[in-house]
Amino acid sequence: MSRFLSLAPALLVLVGVLALALPALGQTRGLGRPALPEEIKAWDIDLRPDGHGVPPGQGSVKEGEAIFLKQCAACHGEFGEGAGRWPVVAGRESLVNENPEKTVGSYWPHVTTVFDYVRRTMPFGNAQSLTDGEVYALTAFLLHMNDLVKEDFVLASDTIAAVALPNAGGFYDDDRETTEKHFWGTEPCMKNCKAEVTILNRARALDVTPDDKGAPKVE
Amino acid sequence: MESDRSHRASRRRFLGGVGAAVALLGSGRRAGAATPDPAITELPDWTRYLGEGVASRPYGRPSEFEAHVVRRNVAWLTASPESSVNFTPLHDLDGTITPNGLCFERHHSGVAEVDPAKHRLMVHGLVERPRVFTVADLKRFPGRANRVYFMECAANSGMEWRGAQLNGCQFTHGMVHNVMYTGVPLKAVLEACGLGPNASWLLAEGADAAAMTRSVPLAKALDDCLLAWAMNGEALRPEQGYPLRLVVPGWEGNMWIKWLRRIEVGDRPWHHREETAKYTDLMADGRARRFTFIMDAKSVVTNPSPQAPLVHKGTNLLSGLAWSGRGRVKRVDVTLDGGRNWRHARLDGPVLPLSLTRFYFPFNWNGRELLIQSRVIDETGYVQPTKQALRQVRGTSSIYHNNGIQTWHVHAGGETENVEIS
Repeated sequence: MSRFLSLAPALLVLVGVLALALPALGQTRGLGRPALPEEIKAWDIDLRPDGHGVPPGQGSVKEGEAIFLKQCAACHGEFGEGAGRWPVVAGRESLVNENPEKTVGSYWPHVTTVFDYVRRTMPFGNAQSLTDGEVYALTAFLLHMNDLVKEDFVLASDTIAAVALPNAGGFYDDDRETTEKHFWGTEPCMKNCKAEVTILNRARALDVTPDDKGAPKVE
Repeated sequence: MESDRSHRASRRRFLGGVGAAVALLGSGRRAGAATPDPAITELPDWTRYLGEGVASRPYGRPSEFEAHVVRRNVAWLTASPESSVNFTPLHDLDGTITPNGLCFERHHSGVAEVDPAKHRLMVHGLVERPRVFTVADLKRFPGRANRVYFMECAANSGMEWRGAQLNGCQFTHGMVHNVMYTGVPLKAVLEACGLGPNASWLLAEGADAAAMTRSVPLAKALDDCLLAWAMNGEALRPEQGYPLRLVVPGWEGNMWIKWLRRIEVGDRPWHHREETAKYTDLMADGRARRFTFIMDAKSVVTNPSPQAPLVHKGTNLLSGLAWSGRGRVKRVDVTLDGGRNWRHARLDGPVLPLSLTRFYFPFNWNGRELLIQSRVIDETGYVQPTKQALRQVRGTSSIYHNNGIQTWHVHAGGETENVEIS
C-alpha cells in the first residue's frame, strides 16, 4: 500500500506528459505517414466521366482488334458475342426485351467506365498488364463492335470524355422512397385476408437448365 | 451438355436432401417404441474409450456429423468459379451470428491472398493530408468499435424475379451473413487526413485482381462505415477481405470493398462498372435505377424449407431470419395457410439495427399441406411486399433488390418446395 502511494506522484506526472503529448501530434495522432506523390501516381488509376483521371495516350480500332482477338476473344467471342456464359460485350438490342443483354452499346452509360474497367481488371487472370495505349485501342474496338464508331476511329485522351454512349441518359437516382411509398405505413391484414389461394408456379416444375441466353444469372 | 449434366447433378443434390429427410419421418419415430432403444442400452465407443487430446485440433472444427453444413454454389450460374458466388446454409444455422467459415462468398476475380505485412491503405484526393496506413496503424486509433451487421448481396434472391427457381433457402436467400465486425470508424481516419471543402463522395478500391471499386457518399462514410479487420473476434477470412474490409452497414454487399487498399475522396461519384453496368436496377420501361444502396427489409423462413423439410407430426418450431437496411426489425408475421391468416412470430436474441434478427413460431402439424410465408415490418414502418407488388413497380428485369415475400409449400409427406402463390 505504501509503495503504491509513493508511486502515485510519478504516475500523475506521467499521465500529464501523455496528455500533453497527444495534441502535439496533431490531427493525424501520429498514425500513418504522408503518401508520396509517386505512390499516389502508382495506385490512382481511376477515371471519371468528367475527364478526371484520363491518362495521356491514344489507340485505334485496328490496333484494338488485334489485341482483342489475341487476349479477349477466347471468353468474349470474336464478335463480342460471349463464349458460353462469358459476358457478351457487343450488341444494341432493346432493354425492354425479356432477358435484355447489357452491353457497352445497349446499357453502359460512359466510355470512361469501359476504359477504367478494362484497365483495372482485364484480361481476366492477367489484370493491369495492358498499357494505356492498348486500353485506348481496346476501348475504341469495343465502340466499333457496338456500331458506335467507324473502323478508322482513334480514341484519345482529349476525346474520350466527349464520346457519348446511347444509354447515357438511361439511369436515374434511387427513387424507392417515392415510387414505393405504399410499402410503408400500412397495417397489414391478419385475419381472413383472402378467400382462396392458388399455386402459380413451382421451382421444381420450372426448367432452369442453363443455356447461353435463357438461364438466370448471378451478377 | 456439360452444363445440362451439372444442372441435373445439382438437382439431385437438392432433392436427395429432401428424400433423405423424408425417409426419417417413417423410420425415426421412437416415441412409442416397444423395444428398448440401443442408443440407451448399448455402451457407445465415445463413452468407453478416450477421445483425442487437446493437441489434436489447434484450430477447432465442427463435428464430423456436421459435414453437410457447408457453403454451396450452383456451378451453372456463372462462367467461372473465380467470378462467382456461393451461398450461406441458412437452413442449418440458428441464432443470428453466421460462423466465419459459412459466410457466403462473392468474388469477381477470386480470393486475394494478401500478406498483411505488405498491405497498405492509402487515403488521398480531396484531403489536406494524403496518408498511407498499415493495418497496425489502424489498430492504434482510439475509437475502435465492435458492431454486428448483416451483409447482403444486392443479387440475393435475384434468380427469383421471373418466378420460383431454386429449391432451398440457401440458394434463394443465402447471399446474406451477419457477423460482429471490429474496426475503426472510417470517419476517424478521414478526419486524420483532413477532408477538403468540396469532399462529397469517395471511391473505395480493393487490392484483388478485380481492383473492385465503388463510389460511396461521404455522408454515409461519416455516419457509420467501418474499416474492419476482424469478424466474430478473429481476423477477417481471406474470402471476406483479409486483412481489411470496408463495412457499409445496411447497404448492398458489393459496396463492402474487400482487401481495401485505397480511398480517394472526390466531389462526385465515379460511375464505375459496378455502379453502372452492374448493381443498377433495370425497370420495365428500359430505364434503370442507380445508387440503390439500401437493402430493403426482408425475411425468410429457414425451417422448414426445401433443404430442411418437416419430419415430425405434432409439435414443431418454425424458425426464420428477418432484417432491414433501414434499422431494426419491429415485427415478423407468419402464415401457414398461404396468407389467409397471419400470426406474430416471437423475436429472440438481440434485435439490433441493421442486423439479422431471429424469429420463431411454434405450431402443430397434422400432416396437412402448408403454404408458409413470413413478412417483416421494420422500425420505419416498411412492410415487406409480396413478389407481385414488387413486380408491379419494378417489372422482372431488375436482378437486384428482390425482397419479396417467399412461399414454401409443405406437402403432406413433409417435402417442402419453393412456390409462388396468388
